[in-house]
Amino acid sequence: MPTHYWEDFKTGDVAVYGPRLVTREEIVAFAAEFDPQPMHMDEAAAAATLLGGLAASGWHSCALMMRMMADGFILDAASMGAPGVEEVRWQKPLRPGTQVKLRATVLDTRASKSRPEMGLTRIRYDLIDEADETITTMTSTMMLGRRAPGTAA
Amino acid sequence: MTFFEDIAAGESIIVGRHTFTAADIKAFARRYDPQHFHVDEAAAATSHFDALCASGWQTAIVWMRMMIEHRRSLAEAAAARGERVAQTGPALGLRDLKWLKPVYVGDTIEYRVEVTETRVSNSRPGFGLMTIHTTGTNQNGEPVISFFSTTFVERRGACA
Repeated sequence: MPTHYWEDFKTGDVAVYGPRLVTREEIVAFAAEFDPQPMHMDEAAAAATLLGGLAASGWHSCALMMRMMADGFILDAASMGAPGVEEVRWQKPLRPGTQVKLRATVLDTRASKSRPEMGLTRIRYDLIDEADETITTMTSTMMLGRRAPGTAA
Repeated sequence: MTFFEDIAAGESIIVGRHTFTAADIKAFARRYDPQHFHVDEAAAATSHFDALCASGWQTAIVWMRMMIEHRRSLAEAAAARGERVAQTGPALGLRDLKWLKPVYVGDTIEYRVEVTETRVSNSRPGFGLMTIHTTGTNQNGEPVISFFSTTFVERRGACA
C-alpha cells in the first residue's frame, strides 16, 4: 500500500535523496547501450569535444534522476505516472567518480479537473554534485492518487 | 550530421522504429524506473494503465541510439567523399517532453525528427544551435511521445 498520496506534497517542500556514486564503468556502459557517442565512451575522443573530457550522456543523468526519485519517494507513493517534463537542462558535465544527490522542490500542487481520484504535483529536481553545483535540472509534473478523492477542483 | 550551415528549419526525417518487448521494458525499468506498472505484468493489470507499459524515459532514450546511428551514417558518407566531418553535440537540454499515450508490449514506435530552429551560439562562436522536434507514433498512428531538444552543431570553417 502506498504511504504517500497527493495530499502529502506541499508547495515549498524540499527533500534530498542519495548520495549515489556515478562510476566511469556505468557511464560507458549506459552510453554503449543507449547513446554511443565518443564523448561518453572514450577519454581521448571526449577531450576533443565541447565536453572537454569524458562525461555521462544527458539521458543517463535523466535515468539516474528517475531511479533516485523512485527510490526516494515514488515507490512509496500512489504514483499514476507523469504526463511529461517541462524542461531538462544539462548545465554541467556529469564526470566519472561524482557523488550525486537529488534535490526535489515542490513548486505547486493542484487537484485534477477531470479525475477526482487524482492530483497533480509539479516538482523541480536538481541533480547536484559534492560542491552543491547543479549538473542537471528537471521540472516535471507527477500524477498522484488522492487519499481522499474529492470533487473536481 | 552535416555542418550547421547545411541544416534548415523545416527539414524532417524518420530516424527509425523500435518494437518494445516485455523483456526490454522490464529490463530498463528494473534499472531506472522500477514502478510496478513497468516491471510486473500482474501489478500493471490492476493499475490505471491496465497492462505492462514502458517507462516514459525508455520511450525517449531508445530514440537517441537511432539518432546517433543516423548521424554516424551521414558522417561516414561525408568521410568517404573526403569531406571533414562536423562535430555534433552535446545537447543543452530539452523541453515540452510529453508522454501522450502509454507504450505497451508489442507496440512499434516510429520516430520522426523535424528541425524547428537554428541559430548561432553566443557562447561558442564555432558552433550553432539546432533545435529539433522529435515525435514518436505507434502502429495505430497515435502519437505517444513528443519533445524538443537543442544541440550544438559545428559551423563550417570554424576552427575546431
